[in-house]
Amino acid sequence: MPEAASATSPTGPRYSPQVKVSLGFVAVALLCLAFSDIAITTLDPWFDLGRMAVGVMTPDFHAVDGIALAIVQTVSFALCGVALGAVGGFFLAQVFHIGPVRWFCAVVRAIHELFWALIFLQMLGLSPLTGVLAIAIPYAGICAKVYAETLEEAQPRALVALPAGCGIISSFFFVRLPDAWAHIKNYTSYRFECGLRSSAILGFVGLPTLGFYLETAFSEGNYSEAAAILIMFYVLIATLRFWMRPKLLVFYLLAAPFLLGGGADINIDNITRFFTNDIVPAPLRAAPFMDGMTWVAMGAWLKTLVVDQALPGIIATILLTQIALVGSGMLALAFFPLISEKFFGRFGRTIGHVFLVVMRSTPEFILAYIFLQLWGPSMLPAIVALALHNGALIGHLIGRYSNEIQLRPDSPHGLSLYGYEVVPRVYGQFLAFLFYRWEVIMRETSILGILGIATLGFYVDSALANIQLDRVMVLIVITAMLNIGIDVLSRFIRARLRLAQQAKQL
Amino acid sequence: MRFALANEDLGYKDTVVLRGITLAIAPGDKVALVGENGAGKSTLLGVLLERYRADTAFIPQNPSLVESLTVFHNVYTGALHRHAAYYNLLNLVWPRKREIDIIRPIVEKLGLGDKLFARVGELSGGQQQRTAVCRAILHGGSAVLSDEPVSAADMRQADLTLEAITEAFETVVLSMHDVDLALRYSTRIIGLKDGAIAIDEPAGRLKRADLDFLYTG
Repeated sequence: MPEAASATSPTGPRYSPQVKVSLGFVAVALLCLAFSDIAITTLDPWFDLGRMAVGVMTPDFHAVDGIALAIVQTVSFALCGVALGAVGGFFLAQVFHIGPVRWFCAVVRAIHELFWALIFLQMLGLSPLTGVLAIAIPYAGICAKVYAETLEEAQPRALVALPAGCGIISSFFFVRLPDAWAHIKNYTSYRFECGLRSSAILGFVGLPTLGFYLETAFSEGNYSEAAAILIMFYVLIATLRFWMRPKLLVFYLLAAPFLLGGGADINIDNITRFFTNDIVPAPLRAAPFMDGMTWVAMGAWLKTLVVDQALPGIIATILLTQIALVGSGMLALAFFPLISEKFFGRFGRTIGHVFLVVMRSTPEFILAYIFLQLWGPSMLPAIVALALHNGALIGHLIGRYSNEIQLRPDSPHGLSLYGYEVVPRVYGQFLAFLFYRWEVIMRETSILGILGIATLGFYVDSALANIQLDRVMVLIVITAMLNIGIDVLSRFIRARLRLAQQAKQL
Repeated sequence: MRFALANEDLGYKDTVVLRGITLAIAPGDKVALVGENGAGKSTLLGVLLERYRADTAFIPQNPSLVESLTVFHNVYTGALHRHAAYYNLLNLVWPRKREIDIIRPIVEKLGLGDKLFARVGELSGGQQQRTAVCRAILHGGSAVLSDEPVSAADMRQADLTLEAITEAFETVVLSMHDVDLALRYSTRIIGLKDGAIAIDEPAGRLKRADLDFLYTG
């Protein structure tokens, strides 16, 4: 860059591309903040916090029967959904090199589980299948991508020694799959943990999982019971490796479909009506297809939809995403020393671990719901929820990564150690994790609209309330396109900054 | 002839490693390829493998095993082409007694009897190399190509391995960096130097000193 060279003296500071990109993102976030509504609208924002604190101190396991049932159903939905998604993803991974398959997977995983649930609710009602499919479909899309990449990257050397003409089935199962198996297994068990969170929040749209009981407890102001539910959820996730044993998995998978609960029967008429009437744009329904007036009406319909709903939704979603992304990054950098051997002893790290486990195990959606109760509807609860959850998640990964750094014996301590030795070494990895998380943050941002924050999900939810499924479908497709756009942009930036590939697992 | 090349330039992509190679290896020949690192031994073996893949067993320099599978399964991959896919899958999940009875003696001969159902990733480099030899023996055929099959073995294991290879295959072409072993286990020595065949003599007529020139300037 000749201009840059002439503008700075040879001895002046030169910032690395990573730092420049980071500063650029911070500047964008500040600009977004200027246009965002972050007001606290409740009269006494700290009143309920006090009551919640009391609730946390006095968890009420009285209604433990109901909670136990909710836990069983949450696990069952996660098991069925993730199993179906993983198997579907495994088959899709075999044909992932075909363009349309790749696009199909990109679209289905760009649509949030809750949006899928809302769609299936219209078709299938409150049947267990609604919850299972809402998890299985997006998970199939993401598993297909990760499995396909894993199988492709595992270029097993054993292939050269295979006898000629042993067939693709035998060579796949004897060489390619065993070589990738450990990674596929790890990734699938990570997905199951995500599935538990997805399953829990499906309760917010009426399925009989934890979210349903949590919302009920909150809306009744019964914070002790809400605390009990959340504590049970953390225990469930923290003990995952004790009860999720490979040998028990077969038993779990056989039992799970029978533990999903009853719910409404599936009505074929509803499904037919969904496809032939509900999702057809209103101006086209029962209108002469070749008539010019039909298409004029269609144009007007689309224009109103885009100008009045999609555009404001897109703007709010992008503003919130950019602020939450930078917030997540700042909190991750603040959180990671909490669990790093470089900064804290065993006792301090234990407290740090508990804090980070709680924050990253609580779905963004539930955190946002809680903050919304405290501060009222604005972007603030969403920003804080997203930043806390993602900051804790990335902080956990970076903290673990920082333990592997070899320091020289005379390295500095405290803040100097942090600034001069540790952060510079983990920064590339940190940015890689953060950019991988960008698309996830945007997907969550859209969905938080269901809680009343004016992102795309808000307009989806309003259209649903007015039974305008045609609008719902257009808005969901727009949301998916936005996510895919961010995914492409993120990949471009990661490639430009040559960021590590191992962050893929998010 | 079992393997034959007529005045060919060998190499990879745009780089020619060996120039104008003419070579005829008859059934029954036990050939040792010798020469410095980079002389073209692996290139020559690679070309022969490519041309004669269909009916030739191969032992690569890197043992090229599937580390998460057992010795039994890795050895069995040498026979994948002889069975239907469903039978291979069955044997993967639930090893068939018939296949165990075939594979066990081979593995025992190479001193891996107690490792039959150990994961290959847990084995030492020498044990992995011998697993790759077992796989080639199970693959069978009249000829084997082998790239440094005993590079990770001690003297006793090296003897064991080379005896097993020369006994199992009628025609053998192996590259060796140990000239003494080459003289002992081959009937014919081919020495490569400066991108060409520098010496091609029956092993019985050669002494160690006759090959020293391959390794000097």
